[in-house]
Amino acid sequence: MSTQVPKEPETEEVETDPVVKSAQDRRIREKAERTARERVKTDEAPDLEGEDTRVIKVFRYDPEVPEKQEPRFDEFHVPFDKGMTVLDALMYARDTYDSSLTFRHSCRQAVCGSDALFVNGSQRLGCQTQLGDLDEPIRIEPLPHQDVVKDLVVDMQHFYEQMEAVDPFFDPDDLPADEMAEQAQTRANREKIKMSTRCIWCGACMSSCNIAAGNNDYLGPAAINKAYRFAMDEREGSDKKRERIEIIERENGVWRCQTQFSCTEVCPKDIPLTEHIQALKREAVKENLKFW
Amino acid sequence: MSQSFNRGLVEDFGRWREFSAGMWAWVFHKFTGWVLVGYLFTHIAVLSTALSGPAAYTNTITTLEGLLVVRVLEVGLLAVAVFHMLNGSRLLLVDLGVGLERQDVSFYASLILTGAIVVASVPTFMAGVSL
Repeated sequence: MSTQVPKEPETEEVETDPVVKSAQDRRIREKAERTARERVKTDEAPDLEGEDTRVIKVFRYDPEVPEKQEPRFDEFHVPFDKGMTVLDALMYARDTYDSSLTFRHSCRQAVCGSDALFVNGSQRLGCQTQLGDLDEPIRIEPLPHQDVVKDLVVDMQHFYEQMEAVDPFFDPDDLPADEMAEQAQTRANREKIKMSTRCIWCGACMSSCNIAAGNNDYLGPAAINKAYRFAMDEREGSDKKRERIEIIERENGVWRCQTQFSCTEVCPKDIPLTEHIQALKREAVKENLKFW
Repeated sequence: MSQSFNRGLVEDFGRWREFSAGMWAWVFHKFTGWVLVGYLFTHIAVLSTALSGPAAYTNTITTLEGLLVVRVLEVGLLAVAVFHMLNGSRLLLVDLGVGLERQDVSFYASLILTGAIVVASVPTFMAGVSL
């Protein structure tokens, strides 16, 4: 299955004393043969007889290899341990069966937001989803509505652009005289924006949104949540807040949301995205109804 | 970046089995909304027969009500209208930011209430009008 070749014998050992060279050569040859034998054994699928295994079906596509340009699903049998996640299964499949299997991952604890995947018809983080909770065969696909670059890797560029579009930074009206002074926030205000600060930019919400799927200009739940995080913060400058509200109340801002709650359902950090979008809708209306 | 593969929109309505409550509410609301818009035109057409005089109107109504299919469709119309009203109230609460974490419950409640009202209305509709 794999195209890996046995590792070259370590070269540093070759440059040893010429007297022992023949024995050294023999050992190196033996070692190489042994490695090759072992590798063949593992390549030919490990012995999973009698073990508790799970079947994962993984979406495969590689535009750079002509034979892999036609998307397909590969099945992998992985040994199952209690507490195993989808990401663990993918890593096992990659390390054991096919080193060309490509997916993003980093922290493995739902903080980095790299491994949002479409697992059994729903956007989830691979590292947060227990394999034991899923029905077999477990279908693992790249996030829908984003271009697939290779296997499970999608192009996140558009998502990042939408996130940047809401100006995700502070711009207070005035800074404290002492530049080292703390710019504190009340506890109540902190509670209000607490959930919105949890976003890890994984893109699951954007991928689940039916409106964002049909309209690439829609800001999307994550970006609007980011706008909420700053607009609702009491330290936000009033000018900046007005600017921000103007951004989100444009044609492809908050008003495109049709409260399907798909984003709220899939958010791995449990951010009430729809609630935040609705709050910004009301905020936008209030801004426009100010007659005083 | 190399060329990328676009899977299109297949995973949208093709995966209706995975739809959650909020998505179903949206689908039903759209559907019932369009049905009501369509019905509006029929409604205007039927009422317009009154322009030709009371007799023509009475005649139209009795003819229509004499047809079983019309009475069955009327039950359907009631279902559509009641659901649209109840879900509309639900959406009003959603817009006001009330009980968003319980929105699925209110969707199920409007479904059940719609069902109950429709079932209760069946005898009335099936009896038709007696003029």
